[in-house]
Amino acid sequence: MKNIGLTAARYSTVLILAGLVFLFSIASQRFLSVSNLLNVVEQSALLGIVAIGVTFTIIAGGIDLSVGSLVAFSGALAAGFMARNGLPLAPALILAILAGAGLGLVNGFFIVKGGLQPFVATLAMMAIARGLTLIYTQGRPISGMGESFTFIGSTVGPVPIPAVIFVVVFVLSHIILQRTPFGAYIYAVGGNEETARLAGIKVQWIKLSSYVLSGTTAAIGGIVLAARLWSAQPQAASGLELQAIAATVLGGASLMGGAGTTVGTFAGALIMGVLANGLNLVGVSSYIQQVITGTIFILAVMLDMWTKRKQRPG
Amino acid sequence: MSYALRMEGIHKRFPGVHALNDVSFEVESGAVHALVGENGAGKSTLMKLLSGSLAKDEGRIEIDGEEVELKSPADSQARGVSMIYQELTVIPYRSVAANILLGREPRKAAGLFIDYHELNRRAGELLERIDVHVDPTEIVGYLSIAQQQMVEVAKALSLNAKTIIMDEPTSSLTDRETDTLFRLIRELKRQGITIIYISHRLEEVFDIADAVTVLRDGKAVHTAAISEIDSDTIVRMMVGRELGEFFPKHNAEISRTILEVNGLSGGRFEDVSFSLRAGEILGVSGLVGAGRSEMARALMGIDRASGGSVTLREKPIEIGSVRAMMRRGFAYVPEDRKEQGLFLRMSVRDNLVISVMERLFKAGLVRIQKLVDIARTYEKRLRIQTPSLSQLVRNLSGGNQQKVILARCLALNPEVLILDEPTRGIDVGAKAEIHNIMGELAERGVGIIMISSELPEIVGVADRVLVMREGRVAGELSRAEATQDAIMQKAAAGGGER
Repeated sequence: MKNIGLTAARYSTVLILAGLVFLFSIASQRFLSVSNLLNVVEQSALLGIVAIGVTFTIIAGGIDLSVGSLVAFSGALAAGFMARNGLPLAPALILAILAGAGLGLVNGFFIVKGGLQPFVATLAMMAIARGLTLIYTQGRPISGMGESFTFIGSTVGPVPIPAVIFVVVFVLSHIILQRTPFGAYIYAVGGNEETARLAGIKVQWIKLSSYVLSGTTAAIGGIVLAARLWSAQPQAASGLELQAIAATVLGGASLMGGAGTTVGTFAGALIMGVLANGLNLVGVSSYIQQVITGTIFILAVMLDMWTKRKQRPG
Repeated sequence: MSYALRMEGIHKRFPGVHALNDVSFEVESGAVHALVGENGAGKSTLMKLLSGSLAKDEGRIEIDGEEVELKSPADSQARGVSMIYQELTVIPYRSVAANILLGREPRKAAGLFIDYHELNRRAGELLERIDVHVDPTEIVGYLSIAQQQMVEVAKALSLNAKTIIMDEPTSSLTDRETDTLFRLIRELKRQGITIIYISHRLEEVFDIADAVTVLRDGKAVHTAAISEIDSDTIVRMMVGRELGEFFPKHNAEISRTILEVNGLSGGRFEDVSFSLRAGEILGVSGLVGAGRSEMARALMGIDRASGGSVTLREKPIEIGSVRAMMRRGFAYVPEDRKEQGLFLRMSVRDNLVISVMERLFKAGLVRIQKLVDIARTYEKRLRIQTPSLSQLVRNLSGGNQQKVILARCLALNPEVLILDEPTRGIDVGAKAEIHNIMGELAERGVGIIMISSELPEIVGVADRVLVMREGRVAGELSRAEATQDAIMQKAAAGGGER
């Protein structure tokens, strides 16, 4: 059987990733070392984890703008539960993840039951969750979580744990999307909602679930970020939602819904990571980096539209 | 003789329209039964009742001898009736197999995972059963429309459909694809599946159908075995309504040729040539999908033409943007009033003046008073009935909305006015008024191209009729020659030169 995931994915994403790796390995001797490549994956981990959740909402025909705020909120909760309330690691993490999933559920509820446009509902949640974070942290970073927590942001041997979490989230989400009925229905709902409904699919439930998943991955991202920084910042991850959408679109998703893969998003997040890392190594200033990143984004999406037009009959 | 389905005494009313009036319709098991009729005769409405997407007002429906109430498409599917719509309903980025068995995927690992191997095998079997050679793992969006249609047929079969309704299935197929579809239909028939085939291409009906029912104005006029009827009779039944409407004929002086179109080609039309004279109303007739609107849109610069030349007042011109064409003296009233014609949430005044607004700038500002004057002038001239000019246009009746669009075009002082279905869905009084306005314009020397699917309107209003069929000009008829029968013969039955 042809792998449906790969067939639908954007070949160009993988090509661009390979091209960038090739360029940077010529430009800088340090780029292609094992430790640097692990470093790239680690740097891409937060964005990648969050973008994978966003991918579910986008394939299902929606969008999630609240993930940046959910990262900050869940990270602050996890840190606070340990540093302030003295909770052990496991319950603190579980509660923080439940909180992220819960706010995702609220997003989904207003979209599915309240009939709000996903853009509007999650835009509101972006403000609400950021506000809740500021209230909870009183505007100050939370630190002093202890080593069991910061271990999540550290390395085992040469392997960074955030990178491991990224890969695990990616593999799980890939299996869900490509192997389970739920995954198939995510595509169906985003591809043609009416057809999905007529086929007996619980459209509302599928949509709702996509936001819960997105909230969950945002919470995992928040924990990873706080662990890496040894503190939870109230303004953490602001603007991350747009990067996550960019990585998803780079990975072949259509904002019209119905198309996209987590393989693509994985590669999309790595492209952004490779760019940042490689340009740093080559010594490009961070100001110019943004211009380059934006330009490559446009070129990648145009390249994809062009190849798709060639494939599509009529 | 057993019937796959019987519909008796069916009524369906929409606001202002009696769409189906006491229709009875019977289909024999295992037959290919064609349903023909003009645009708006009620074919689609009747089939929507059968497929469960609309509810009947009165009457009874029997499937396999059992009376049924069909409340949703799921009800119909459970009774073995599936409909394949003109607009296909596939999920584009999924595989053929995933589309066919959507919602009914085989599972494995205690139901956790989809068994894609089994899914592809089953879909492959279904496709093989109807002799369709499409890879079940192919992404549906990359298939041709014809292949997507086959996928929908396979999906219907997977739902154990015993009756399949096809709504104008060949409207976007090439001749070869049509042949393939017909082979498939014959294969389905051999397997005992009943087919209801909606079409207005009579050649096809004679090619594939066993029986035919003609609908006209919401009534079933006649049902016959295909061997007992001929094309001429069907055409006569399709159009043979009394001319209930009165078309006042203005005697505009038809003078010099203002527009000549030569070999215009584009998306769904090819090699269209015609001329238009000042003061003339040129009717463009043809079935839905004949390429009339596409031709008009290309002429107006909305879609790009792929070939042909246009001469305006004996000077060759390049078709430019819509804006450029307006400046040259073209104006266009689109087919779909609400989607293409109006800004529904804007006022009557703003809708009316939007095309001329830029011509009224002074020192960078719009002269509001001038705009109001223009709007008032046309409100009076076209007798637009509205409480005020600041009323939202969506609150107006269809007829008055149409007048607003017409007024917008007239404010441009056009030489060539293209009207696409100018009186669709508006009441008789407003129709007559719009025809009157067209007559007045012709008297002032405007050349009018009127696309219409209503034969009485074409026959009553046009000075000359251009008949299009499958993207080409099927013939041109003078006012004397242009009877409803003659037009329909060229439009549907292929009596024209090809």
